[in-house]
Amino acid sequence: MSKKFTKDHEWVQVDGDVATVGVTDFAQSQLGDVVFVELPEAGRVLEQGKEAAVVESVKAASDVYAPVSGTVVEANQALVDDPSMVNSAAETDGWFFKIQLKDASELDGLMDESAYKAFVEESH
Amino acid sequence: MRYLPLTEADRQSMLEAVRATSVEDLFRDVPKAAQLAGPIGGLPNHMGELEVERLLGTMAAKNLTAGSVPSFLGAGAYRHHVPATVDHLVQRGEFLTAYTPYQPEVSQGTLQVLFEFQTQVALLTGMDVANASMYDGATSCAEAVMMANRVTRRKKAILSGGLHPHYRDVTTTDARFIGFEAVALPAAPTGGEDLLALVDDKTSCVVVQNPDVFGHVRDYTDLAAACQAKGALLIVVVTEALSLGLLTPPGDMGADIVAAEGQSFGNALNFGGPYVGLFAVKDKYVRQMPGRLCGETVDADGRRGFVLTLSTREQHIRREKATSNICTNSGLCALAFSIHVSLLGEAGITQLAQLNHAKAVQMADKLAAVPGVEVLNDGFFNEFTVKLPKPAAAVVEDLAKRRILGGVPVSRLYPGEMEDLLLVAVTETNTDADMDAFAAALTEILGSGVLA
Amino acid sequence: MSMNNQGRPSAIPAGAASFDGVTGTVTGNRGLQIEEPLIFEQDSAGRTGVDLPDVPKVASRLGAVKPRAKVGLPGLAEPQVVRHYTRLSQKNYAIDSGFYPLGSCTMKHNPRLNEKMARLPGFSDVHPMQPVSTVQGALELMDQLAHWLKTLTGMAAVTLAPAAGAHGEMCGIMAIRAAHEAKGDTGRTKILVPESAHGTNPATAAACGYSVDAIPATADGRVDLEALKAKLGPDVAGLMLTNPNTCGLFERDIIAIAEAVHAAGGYFYCDGANFNAIVGRVRPADLGIDVMHINLHKTFSTPHGGGGPGSGPVVFAESLAPYIPVPYVTHGKDGFALVENAGDGLAFGRMKAFHGQMGMFVRALSYMLSHGADGLWQASGDAVLNANYVMARLEDVMTASFEGPCMHECLFDDRFLKGTGVTTLDMAKALIDEGFHPMTMYFPLVVHGALLIEPTETESKASLDQFVDALRALAERAKSGDVAYFQAAPRLTPRRRLDETAAARKPVLRWTPPVVAEALAAE
Repeated sequence: MSKKFTKDHEWVQVDGDVATVGVTDFAQSQLGDVVFVELPEAGRVLEQGKEAAVVESVKAASDVYAPVSGTVVEANQALVDDPSMVNSAAETDGWFFKIQLKDASELDGLMDESAYKAFVEESH
Repeated sequence: MRYLPLTEADRQSMLEAVRATSVEDLFRDVPKAAQLAGPIGGLPNHMGELEVERLLGTMAAKNLTAGSVPSFLGAGAYRHHVPATVDHLVQRGEFLTAYTPYQPEVSQGTLQVLFEFQTQVALLTGMDVANASMYDGATSCAEAVMMANRVTRRKKAILSGGLHPHYRDVTTTDARFIGFEAVALPAAPTGGEDLLALVDDKTSCVVVQNPDVFGHVRDYTDLAAACQAKGALLIVVVTEALSLGLLTPPGDMGADIVAAEGQSFGNALNFGGPYVGLFAVKDKYVRQMPGRLCGETVDADGRRGFVLTLSTREQHIRREKATSNICTNSGLCALAFSIHVSLLGEAGITQLAQLNHAKAVQMADKLAAVPGVEVLNDGFFNEFTVKLPKPAAAVVEDLAKRRILGGVPVSRLYPGEMEDLLLVAVTETNTDADMDAFAAALTEILGSGVLA
Repeated sequence: MSMNNQGRPSAIPAGAASFDGVTGTVTGNRGLQIEEPLIFEQDSAGRTGVDLPDVPKVASRLGAVKPRAKVGLPGLAEPQVVRHYTRLSQKNYAIDSGFYPLGSCTMKHNPRLNEKMARLPGFSDVHPMQPVSTVQGALELMDQLAHWLKTLTGMAAVTLAPAAGAHGEMCGIMAIRAAHEAKGDTGRTKILVPESAHGTNPATAAACGYSVDAIPATADGRVDLEALKAKLGPDVAGLMLTNPNTCGLFERDIIAIAEAVHAAGGYFYCDGANFNAIVGRVRPADLGIDVMHINLHKTFSTPHGGGGPGSGPVVFAESLAPYIPVPYVTHGKDGFALVENAGDGLAFGRMKAFHGQMGMFVRALSYMLSHGADGLWQASGDAVLNANYVMARLEDVMTASFEGPCMHECLFDDRFLKGTGVTTLDMAKALIDEGFHPMTMYFPLVVHGALLIEPTETESKASLDQFVDALRALAERAKSGDVAYFQAAPRLTPRRRLDETAAARKPVLRWTPPVVAEALAAE
């Protein structure tokens, strides 16, 4: 399945009933050099739209919201060790966490790639 | 007016430049009803230096200065000799009149001082890292508890009865308003607390003080391990930082956080402030630490330099999600601390700490020899508790009349309690003659029968 | 995700390395700029900078605690220590050496008389727990300071305890909560804070258990009164408002704001960080304010000291006065008395180990007496005139965010840099090469790329003119497209742009002995 995007600049890639979540390339370009990420531990239950992770640059700290509800199955340890991956590979190796979907229909409310692109161009 | 460089001619030409008719015109957004018509009433007009000196000098002269008489007060503030170098260097305008080092290229002096200060505090406390200082020891203690709450995601602190009651009160005040539980044990003048029994799965931390407010020194190694086994942190408070020059440091005992008062190094008594709070933690808790941090890095030419770092923990970025609302540290007091510790060095700090302890032992022996006086401590550093046959507050008043500042009555810290106990602190500033005078005066007062 | 898109550049720009900052001297020194190693790198075992008497031979009584083996501090003699700190001091910019127009920070002259007074042994060598009969002069000084603060603000009560402005904020909000609780009014869970507020305001309100509700600003940079009214209700504990606000503007509707807050049963907290703009000319009580902290290190000239110590007394209206924390000075039958314990009273608690920042009280009172009522009137007038002058002289080349008059500081944003490739940060760094401390950058957050300039009343016209001329030239240079010049700035400082990204990614927060450092690196 192709990627879905939120207005808060998270992306979701679904594989079966597990979704991989990260922040978009546009978001990383706005953040500047990322120096630290704080990820949810496995087992934590997240609610759509609520705080899930923190990403910090030198001068800003931003919350990452859960694009969908569910239970965290894995956090990206490699990203914790090397936060610069958010900058170098935001939409690939720089994923934040994987989440077991609670309600797949939540995905319907998200944007596809072209809609997100248009959204970014329009609002920034 | 000596602090104002603008001349009347300057003001006129500047008013023209800003197209205003008068300075008052620039205040036109202030509601008319709230604008004073002229200088405020009820206060004097400006004074020259000479007049100010005379006025404040008169007030200062009404106080009995600790250095002019034999003085044995401690309880969280200690009179140590501060080398002349310290006060000279802290008054250099480049330190005194600089702001927080937000522009690192023109603040390397302050930044390197902070980096060295953090290292000195880490070494003294035996911890991995320290921050760039807090307001004072009591606020450090309260911040340590809140940090433990964040780390453990629990909300109950156990405060030992050996914790300085002012530190306890600052912490319980925060507990009330910030919303956590602080279980403060009753005063423990002779120890014997079973702190571990109170630790449950809601407990974020246990707070002990070493030496405690009554002067007892203890080894908290077992308590640290036991707390950690139950998922709680051990916070060790130190109010006499010089003790770290002699005693096994809290870090070696396994403390998770050390919150201390650093006034003993470089800072005068100042009637209670400003002082300098020390705050040190284990490496793994760095990002949960409150306060400012200075870190090493390189500049565009690859040379070593220093910057404030991890500032995303702070209020100016996280706003309502900050680790603490604290905005300043205690920069100049931290500088004074750092210069004094640098002057002492390894050899000096050890000798100074030994000197304090040895003099305190001598004083304890002299007081124990006074009829009716009992020393309560087995182990102590430079402060101990004595039990008197008469109320300590009255004895201290009587001593003051004889121009001796003979310690802090415990009842001043615990109103209505332990009225027969007196805290006595001894430092390198106390001579043999001071100690003899104290013992002699006490003998006289206790023997006179004047006090009931 | 939430995004603060003003995250300013933190790594070194590519252009920066193009300037050869290395001098080619053997030592790395550049004339008066002398390299100085860490104090730990100058160690020689056994050396010391103090001479102490021999330790009396007594049996030690450390109880169960063992003496420590070693601390690990370096040994230096006194001349080395003096040189170390003197050289470090020379790497700092300071008010004493030049213009320091750091908006919202108030870097005014720090009179040396204040230092001399604070060091009188009668103030500096007095223990906080001495019998009250032996410290009547110290209590008199606190009482006098309280009198000045109450008179200047028109308020009923003051606590001197808080150690700094943010600490004062905590104190004020705690008093507000204590007052609501005493009335049994526990349904108030919100504090209103304008968007433009300093970060401590929401941090303080949140720390005290309140949720924070942001009030939008109007197009002219002030609180939107109608939006505020719409948010007021029985769930609002109070409003925290800075006045003059962080954009350097006086809140014209302040009396209506106060009335609306009071009508809703809330208290009006004023962040007094900018009191220096109006001190001696406007009494906050006359604006309807219930509680306000005062930064002695801003308004009353106590030194900033490279980041403290500050002092943040808080003044209270009658309605909140009963709740002030201990300790405080009262007039007793035998002179001044000190109330140190809350007892059964309404005092909400304790903020600090002892009585407050006494050393700062002496300095502040020394400043107040020096200026007097007439001098303070002139000082706030000159502060406002200086800021308006800087604004008037810059507004044709830079973009002022709001229409004047401003109060003690003037705010510009980065619209004038649009399309130049030069950022607010670059402008700041280029100013450093011109011999000035930069203005405050990227604050307040309500405008993009903020440049906030606060000249204070202690600058001469000549000094302002030189600064304005430099800034005008830099603005023109930016518009001419010379991005490389800006990215390489500063060129002439002891250190050039520092890599803050590297510092935050792998924090090195202390010196480590070389042996240990090597072992760690090998892991």
